[in-house]
Amino acid sequence: MNAFVQILVDALSLGGLYALTALGIGLIFSVMRLANFAHAELVTCAAYALFALSAHPLVMAFAGSVVLAVLLAVMTERLAFRPLRAADPTTMMIASFTVSMLIQKLLIFSLGSRPKSLDPAPVLSQAVYIGPAQVSLLKLVTIAVCAVLLIALTLFLKRTSFGLQMRAAAENFTMARLTGVRANAVIVVAFALSGVLAAVVALLFAAQSGFVQPRLGVPLMITAFVATVIGGMGSLPGAVIGGLLVGVVTTLLQTFLPQDLRPFREAFLFALVILALLVRPNGLFPARGLKERI
Amino acid sequence: MTREMVLRAAPLLVLVAVLLAITLGAGLADTVTSRRVILCLVNVVAVVGLYIFMGNSGVLNFSSVGFMAIGAYVAALLTMPPNAKGMFLPDLPVWLMAAELPALAGPVLGGLVCAGVALVVGLPIMRLSGIAAAIATFSLMFICYIVLGNWTSLTGGQISLVGLKAYVGPWTACGFAVGAVVVAFVYQETRWALALRASREDEVAARASGIRVATLRLGAFVLSAFVCGVAGALYGHFQGTLRVESFYLDPTFLLVTMLVVGGMRSLTGAVAGCLVISLLTEVLRLVEVGVTVPGGAFTLAAPAGFGDVVLAALMLLILLFRPNGITGGREILGNLAETGGRHDRI
Repeated sequence: MNAFVQILVDALSLGGLYALTALGIGLIFSVMRLANFAHAELVTCAAYALFALSAHPLVMAFAGSVVLAVLLAVMTERLAFRPLRAADPTTMMIASFTVSMLIQKLLIFSLGSRPKSLDPAPVLSQAVYIGPAQVSLLKLVTIAVCAVLLIALTLFLKRTSFGLQMRAAAENFTMARLTGVRANAVIVVAFALSGVLAAVVALLFAAQSGFVQPRLGVPLMITAFVATVIGGMGSLPGAVIGGLLVGVVTTLLQTFLPQDLRPFREAFLFALVILALLVRPNGLFPARGLKERI
Repeated sequence: MTREMVLRAAPLLVLVAVLLAITLGAGLADTVTSRRVILCLVNVVAVVGLYIFMGNSGVLNFSSVGFMAIGAYVAALLTMPPNAKGMFLPDLPVWLMAAELPALAGPVLGGLVCAGVALVVGLPIMRLSGIAAAIATFSLMFICYIVLGNWTSLTGGQISLVGLKAYVGPWTACGFAVGAVVVAFVYQETRWALALRASREDEVAARASGIRVATLRLGAFVLSAFVCGVAGALYGHFQGTLRVESFYLDPTFLLVTMLVVGGMRSLTGAVAGCLVISLLTEVLRLVEVGVTVPGGAFTLAAPAGFGDVVLAALMLLILLFRPNGITGGREILGNLAETGGRHDRI
């Protein structure tokens, strides 16, 4: 029972982080078919903002990091992705690599590649007890924050006019434009939202790992990217479920794989990814409108 | 040879001439520059290998660096002297420990093992298209990295493997680069490659015309893996040391970016992208080291790390201004062989 609660908390907190990152990537993909690899740098830069503002209260530091991530996201859209909107998806994807590389190299150039330690929320590092099981407060908070954000985002998408426009744009971009949805506004808002999500992920992830370095966001982004594809590229519920699923599978592999196979954990994860894609090439929850009509 | 055949081969002849010219130039340059040229030529092999599949099929492929890693380790393990292997890898199987094949066997067998692996894993994966194929090949690269990085008895895991015969000089590298270009060119002139390019333009129409897309993709994938495996073997025998780390994300992105910056739909683009990015890297490295103004008493030097920033910015700018790459997906002199009215070549 103890072990079960611990595994459950581990799986949900890891899956929650992946889900939030996947959602940031999925939002952009759903409105403009861009697989945005530069999402990693939004997380990294937000974490650096937390580090730079660590002398200030957490709320201010977090606000600063949100502002930075949103600005950066909107700027990359305006400068790099908007001119390429008509280009083919491969070019856009490679452009997002180069944006990601550019920001990463700028960080290394200006701040150095050495990790810097930070502890944005020391309160969270204590352990709490759920019945007899000991779990970290940080993980519980992570789960709670993910749940709240998911609910908030769902409400935004379902209950507001802008959310409706975004869903329309995700379903059929051309048709949405014809009915009066302002394409640029929707895309900018999608980027801004992905910036907010990245800042939240940065806070939670930095609190867990305890340091920032210029490649902080990369592994997180890659796993989340895989999660969005498993869930169904372009489908937002798919991104969330994909993220949770990858988190759960990773935790299970970590726990139940025999000791000498454990270093190969990720190899098993990615083999499962390939298998999942072979069975369902469009993901578990294929987005409508993604498949080309003939 | 008919006149038409010569005209059709014009792009190939130009590319080979360029590669030869670069190698000749390397002979005149200092050791550091000459090493850069060798690395560039090895990268040409890798990017051309990547192009064989990506360019003709239009399907994104991130697995080439994984095949390079396999090729490099196969070549190293089969050609290193047993006593050198014994020092780093005491747990090798007896037959592998005793194996010491001639140098040339390294790239050939490395390539063949890659082709074999590609055949097995490609069989299911080649049914995928678009973003699913991208992620599946990405996963493949990860699996290669993790398996090689943790299979300590075979690869030494995270420690470097030292003592490979460093026989790859400018002319060896040039020979292999020319070979790769010839293979890619001959392949793209075949009817299979033509059918594959048809599926790149319109998969559904190609299927409807009786083209077996998955089978053709598999063929290109296997050939591409072979060439990438050769590139990996060359890389190992150029550096003289091997680390699993050098076959991970950075080179994966770099090779794909070289191809896309050059123009992924033509062989000229593959070679051009590799040459241009290598040249930019080299120029920026020189700027970082410091340029002495002729006649002046001072040296201009950019701070360390600045070159990387500029390189990334330049690659982005090239993509912004030429979304289809420097060549726009056309072959150099590719219009010579066109006869009759204007029609787009696929």
